[in-house]
Amino acid sequence: MDSRLRSFPDVLLSVENISLSFGGVNALTDISFDIAKGEVRAIIGPNGAGKSSMLNCINGFYHPQHGAITYKGVRRNQMKPHEAAEQGIARTFQNIALFRGMSTLDNIMTGRNLRMKTGLLWQALHIGPARREEIEHRKAVERIIEFLEIQHIRKAPVGTLPYGLQKRVELGRALAAEPELLLLDEPMAGMNIEEKQDMCRFILDVNDEFGTTICLIEHDMSVVMDISDRVVVLDYGRKIGDGTPDEIKKNEAVITAYLGVGH
Amino acid sequence: MLYREAGQFKTDYAADQQIFPILQDRIFVFGVIAAAFAIVPAIASEYLYTEILIPFLILSLAAIGLNILVGYCGQVSLGTGGFMAVGAYAAYNLWLRVPEANNLVVVFLFGGLMAAAVGILFGLPSLRIKGFYLAVATLASQFFLDWLFARVKWLTNYTPSGSVAVGDLHVFGWRIDGPADRYLLILGMVVVATIVAKNLVRGHIGRSWMAIRDMDIAAEIIGFRPLRTKLLAFAVSSFFIGVAGAMWGFLRLGSWEPLAFDINRSFQILFMVIIGGLGSLVGSFMGAAFIVLTPVLLNQLPGWLGVNMSTAMISHLEFMVFGAMIVFFLIVEPHGLARLWAVAKEKLRLWPFPH
Ligand SMILES: Nc1ncnc2c1ncn2[C@@H]1O[C@H](COP(=O)(O)OP(=O)(O)OP(=O)(O)O)[C@@H](O)[C@H]1O
Ligand SMILES: [Mg+2]
Repeated sequence: MDSRLRSFPDVLLSVENISLSFGGVNALTDISFDIAKGEVRAIIGPNGAGKSSMLNCINGFYHPQHGAITYKGVRRNQMKPHEAAEQGIARTFQNIALFRGMSTLDNIMTGRNLRMKTGLLWQALHIGPARREEIEHRKAVERIIEFLEIQHIRKAPVGTLPYGLQKRVELGRALAAEPELLLLDEPMAGMNIEEKQDMCRFILDVNDEFGTTICLIEHDMSVVMDISDRVVVLDYGRKIGDGTPDEIKKNEAVITAYLGVGH
Repeated sequence: MLYREAGQFKTDYAADQQIFPILQDRIFVFGVIAAAFAIVPAIASEYLYTEILIPFLILSLAAIGLNILVGYCGQVSLGTGGFMAVGAYAAYNLWLRVPEANNLVVVFLFGGLMAAAVGILFGLPSLRIKGFYLAVATLASQFFLDWLFARVKWLTNYTPSGSVAVGDLHVFGWRIDGPADRYLLILGMVVVATIVAKNLVRGHIGRSWMAIRDMDIAAEIIGFRPLRTKLLAFAVSSFFIGVAGAMWGFLRLGSWEPLAFDINRSFQILFMVIIGGLGSLVGSFMGAAFIVLTPVLLNQLPGWLGVNMSTAMISHLEFMVFGAMIVFFLIVEPHGLARLWAVAKEKLRLWPFPH
């Protein structure tokens, strides 16, 4: 299938010569690539290739030993996770990281925490600005709940939800932050065909409607080739390919290292 | 009246975000509060006030404070007794040394604020350590505070054995004298404190605590500051506990020594939170009621059954009942009596058609 031929003039984030190791294990070796504003960028590669580690570097959860990341024109060697959040980077996790004791609604509300500013005293009284703020953000969260079609589980504790729905709630929590850059770590892992189609639709809608830049990791090749504008391929912590889905499909190194194996 | 949600459609988010969205709950709670203010004073005996209602209310407040820290924010603490002592002695010193401040509301708030400050200090290790190790660190704070009030004589006004006494108490010109006055003052303050606690836990501050409790790494990645969030929980929790400690000293005991706030007190409040339900304000009241009422009932039990039982035997029984309950709740139902109550309500909502 054809990629969606679109052009993206501005670079939102660029990764320069990133290397990351854990003890003796080199998770990432000298990786460079960029993410353009508005595109859907996929990172693929076999298990253990370093894909999740790459996302963890981008949002400041891991600190690479070498290299730098330039985001929105600011070059940094390191960033703290909450700084990344403040700068408009949101993400989901390979192993769902929801707040299990809280409801769907509260989980998604936490995504708006950086926008909720009323102090302790207003909160204690729950009047005036505190009340208005809560209602205003509740409205925004309800729009997300509607968009993701999860109205029926609004009040359910997320710990009790099936896997597919938890993934959706986690996407909701990330969307609630209204991020500029959305990092999705295997958003469709473990889903059936129908759930995958829904998830693809949500991702493309977010990208189209809000112009959110998306960087996602995915193992399902047909999904990747369908929804992404450009693809980075990692193998054993090294970059072995970078380009449009059509280019990647023809790339010899990628075919031998990855597509040939089990696909 | 039937307990039903049906027909009560929420027309806006403000209505949906009320503390008690279901009308029957609202009526029930307002009814209980109205009765506590209006009917109880007309019928209560001195025994009921001093042995049951006053301890129940004050310990409920302490349990709410501890529940904010343990149940909502997931930080274990064994220092509750120490924080109550800070509240009580801070309040005492203000009352003693600043005669102009002889207004219990002011005195108690001061006790709470000092406890909050100390709570922040002893909460600092929570950035680095969790669970069992944090419990041990807070236990150390308990022993340190015990030592402080036993050794630093200025804090207890150089009285022998650190025993202090208060009297001639006022609130905005109202002289607090008999048990009924004390009960009404405590009731009023506990109602206000509970509303404040509820407001905090249902807003963005409460969500920040719960996020840290459920998954601190994810919380940090979506923008919460772990240290700030935890310290705020320590501060708010210790504030409530400090106010409860000041009330315990001033309105329950009248005169007290550091022993009143020793490690046993810490465990007592922690048991209330566990039995009542972690992360539930209603549960804090249930846990306090359980812990206050169980010994009273056990004392009556031999009389009702017509058997002879020594007081030693009864206090052993007490330990066994508490021990069994705690093991039960920790293993089977960490959300405590509050959850059992919620399940019962859910059954009632479906009754008589369970399917
Ligand atoms: N926190 C960590 N500590 C030690 N080693 C790590 C850590 N995180 C990742 N690694 C190692 O780095 C390498 C890359 O892991 P990573 O999780 O990034 O792979 P991945 O491409 O996401 O794989 P998968 O498809 O299985 O999710 C692996 O060898 C892994 O064991
Ligand atoms: Mg991974």
